[in-house]
Amino acid sequence: MSDRLPGIRPRPSIGRKLDIAARRSFPTVVTGLLLVVAAAPLGIGGQPQTQLAIALASVFFWTLVRPASMPPQAVFLLGLLLDLLSYAPLGVGVVILLVLHGLTLAGRRVLGRAGFMLAWVAFALLALGAVALQWGLTALLTLRLLPVAPAILAAILAVGLYPLLAVPLARAHRTLAETDRA
Amino acid sequence: MIRLSIPLRQALSKLTLPVLIAVAFGLMLLGKADTMIATRMRMALADSLAPIWGLVAEPLAGVHRAIDGVQNLATIYQDNARLRAENEVLRRWQAVGLALDAENATLKANLRWVPEPTPSFVTARVVADAGGVYARAVLLSLGPKHRAIKGQIALDERGLVGRVTEIGSRSARVLLITDLNSRVPVTLETSRGRAILAGTNGPRPRLTYWPEGVVPVEGERVVTSAEANAFPAGLPIGVVRYNANHVPEIEPDARLDRLEVVRLFEYGLHDLAPPELSVVRQTERRR
Repeated sequence: MSDRLPGIRPRPSIGRKLDIAARRSFPTVVTGLLLVVAAAPLGIGGQPQTQLAIALASVFFWTLVRPASMPPQAVFLLGLLLDLLSYAPLGVGVVILLVLHGLTLAGRRVLGRAGFMLAWVAFALLALGAVALQWGLTALLTLRLLPVAPAILAAILAVGLYPLLAVPLARAHRTLAETDRA
Repeated sequence: MIRLSIPLRQALSKLTLPVLIAVAFGLMLLGKADTMIATRMRMALADSLAPIWGLVAEPLAGVHRAIDGVQNLATIYQDNARLRAENEVLRRWQAVGLALDAENATLKANLRWVPEPTPSFVTARVVADAGGVYARAVLLSLGPKHRAIKGQIALDERGLVGRVTEIGSRSARVLLITDLNSRVPVTLETSRGRAILAGTNGPRPRLTYWPEGVVPVEGERVVTSAEANAFPAGLPIGVVRYNANHVPEIEPDARLDRLEVVRLFEYGLHDLAPPELSVVRQTERRR
């Protein structure tokens, strides 16, 4: 917490407080916006899978680099948004995102120090698990054996999308979302 | 704000995640117990987002048209030759069609045939994919004073698209015939055999339950049947194609992968609840 550190810093004026709040909520808001954009009629195939991939990658990334800006409450809301936008049974997206968040948080000590490649491999495993969990829960809730192909496509998309999303997000992490820069 | 001691605060923050996961499972049960809540939340969200998506859809369609235009330029010569040949064939068919139409009119006149009423329809823009990973559906943007109702039949310019399953105040969800839950009673056009068209979530729904003695023929046209009073008879759906495992499937006439505008027809047939909402129907208030 930078608030507890000694030193001289600007007075907490309203503008500065707003700035800090905006920077703090940046990860959640941007993830939500990306989900809404991914549901728009872009006319490309596999959009629902892309949506899931974006949610998984964003939650993993921000939990890893800045858990303070991706608290469980925000993950819960993002999961709810994902469920409502993707017409999945209510709660499934919430559960998989929260489990992903919890596991990432648990492995953060190791993953935080490891390089990008290791984080990517870890994300691939977690995404595979999350997609499998989603498949199982959806099948259980709809009492139907669902086709596996879309789930596999979602996992592949998530793994492939992660570096594309991580690079701009890492830049945003150091600039836009950095509360110390407020 | 209540001041808590630091250890207590840490303990509480550790509890947040398990509690939220438990709430999520509760949400799952709630969604299963009362499907209406989920539907209402969804349509409320869709209603608020549909105008935004509608705004985006216009320029996006422009971009798609531009890309198509460039691609068309490359094949303009071959296309022209193909179209000329096709035109020749179609002109012959037009002559046949006109003759048959005239003959049909005289026969109907002789039989004192009661003409069927022409159905009313509204046209709506497809603004979003509303299927998710395990379903096939689209979201339509409608005006705030629309009169679309559940069970209306959606067609594009070529054939059957699906049926309206959920209605919001300015949007509607159409379940496509390719969805896993979709079942459409159909007629095989040449043999007049009845069958059921079952969606598989794949691009081609499967033909099932055709009567003994009738075999769906490759390339045969398939139209809706009026059985079960869910569809009017004779709407074009597609043609029979056998896949590699020798299972008859339907190649839909409608361009389900790139729907832009659909028409919702009102045939006054609402006796059958859509499959995924059959539980909901009794409790729902009349609009």
